[in-house]
Amino acid sequence: MRLREIAHSRTGDKGDTSNISVIAFDQNDFALIAREVTADRVNEHFKGLVTGEVLRYELPQLGALNFVMRGALRGGVTRSLALDAHGKCLGSAILDLEVYDTTAEHLAG
Amino acid sequence: MKTVRIGTGAGFSGDRIEPAVDLAEKGDLDFLVFECLAERTIALAQQALLRDPNAGYDPMLVARMRAVLPACHARGVRIVTNMGAANPFAAADAVRAVLRELGLHGMRVAAVSGDDVLAEVKSGNYRIDETGQPVSALGSKLISANAYLGAGPIALALDRGAHIVITGRAADPALFLGPLVHAFGWAMDDWGRLGRGTVVGHLLECAGQITGGYFADPGYKDIPDLARLGFPIGEVDEDGNVTVTKLPGTGGAVTPATVKEQLLYEIHDPRRYIQPDVIADFSGVRIEETGPDKVRVTGGDGCAKTGLLKVSVGYIDSYIGEGQISYAGPGAMERGRLAIEIVAERLKITGVPCAETRGELIGVDSILGARLSGNCSAPREVRVRFVGRTDRREDAARVGNEVESLYLNGPAGGGGAAKSTREIVGIVSTLVPENRVSPGIHIQET
Repeated sequence: MRLREIAHSRTGDKGDTSNISVIAFDQNDFALIAREVTADRVNEHFKGLVTGEVLRYELPQLGALNFVMRGALRGGVTRSLALDAHGKCLGSAILDLEVYDTTAEHLAG
Repeated sequence: MKTVRIGTGAGFSGDRIEPAVDLAEKGDLDFLVFECLAERTIALAQQALLRDPNAGYDPMLVARMRAVLPACHARGVRIVTNMGAANPFAAADAVRAVLRELGLHGMRVAAVSGDDVLAEVKSGNYRIDETGQPVSALGSKLISANAYLGAGPIALALDRGAHIVITGRAADPALFLGPLVHAFGWAMDDWGRLGRGTVVGHLLECAGQITGGYFADPGYKDIPDLARLGFPIGEVDEDGNVTVTKLPGTGGAVTPATVKEQLLYEIHDPRRYIQPDVIADFSGVRIEETGPDKVRVTGGDGCAKTGLLKVSVGYIDSYIGEGQISYAGPGAMERGRLAIEIVAERLKITGVPCAETRGELIGVDSILGARLSGNCSAPREVRVRFVGRTDRREDAARVGNEVESLYLNGPAGGGGAAKSTREIVGIVSTLVPENRVSPGIHIQET
């Protein structure tokens, strides 16, 4: 399924860095999200758009991950040629990721 | 336990006006905060100030104040805002003029100065974080340098009886932390409370972004009545924990989900949210729904501040020229791509010196690029966007002209051409020791 089915997201910007939160609708899905949505996968998803490293921070009690992507905004909000200079749309794009639920419980359901 | 009620009246310069009036009239507020200063706004305001000594503050200041001051005066709601931008003194004068016009007496208006550190940054030739170069490398392109002031001067202005506090550049959460420090008498080394107060400020500073604005996704995240979105109220206790809510009958929603999205908005390491007054720690924050449109946020923390203030340095970067034109019907995408090729070649033939260019099809590949977005087979409408960066305005204009001239010289059926040029004020940053920055407070009564 797509990440969109189990999580929501918002993007923020500072200089040339974008941060994307990924937040579970249901706390019970957080383990799955944390396992599937790694910094490497996010880096791969945004290949070509993000030139720097991708870091992941975890807030398990909120069911949330925070991805910090350096070099994501074409030189920064204030001088970028991009239509979406703030990278506001990136948060919607991350929800397109496919996540695979392999637990027996979900397979049975 | 004493509770302070803070509302947000605006989360950006162009925000809606009526939600603030609602809050002033019905919010039973102690403070109403307007956060209106984006990263580069102050550099643009500085340019306006150079042209006119009475300019340089937020263009909507007077309209906002005219709308909310009668209720704030009647109900004792005190106002904090960064709408002073590059000229808090002129902004305070303008607010006093509105008070006189409305016949409201006995209100003390404070201007907070000292964020303008251009002289310090020049004389110390500070190093730019992004480039590693000294500020002097910007030469005559340097426009402005403004330090993010903390909550201290705002709290002090309130301590001295100000009803309206107008700052230039201040850290956005400090606009909320200042009233809390004033109201609860928090010590400026009480890192835990300052950290929790920073969480409060961070949650509230974007106004409707925590009450259901910037959240709706039909079928997945539905939010009622966004046309009547209510702005947030924070009910803060003396330990700095907060219940976020909004006025009954307004649109929007306050839920754990809306609060979580805003908590992480523009955050990097949640353990180290660096502010002028404290390093706030969001990692232990707990979020709990306590009623309809009521969410309790606890567990924030903080540790000692860095002693350095972030400074936004504004400079004239470049000019951007842009043109757009639409194609529709069968073959729209192919004609759009041909148009991009033609413009790129025309700029070469005519020798327009562009440092970089982008040609793209809006609706096809302009936001996420061809790989993530370019999978739609044959759109029946595309809009070409071609944009280029130049050193001179007249060269930037030639980019848009080349798009416009596709009308008679380009692919079949181009329509709705538009062009623009704009000067780009860039923002970079540096750090200045706080003891090199001297905030001032100037209070006058009307």
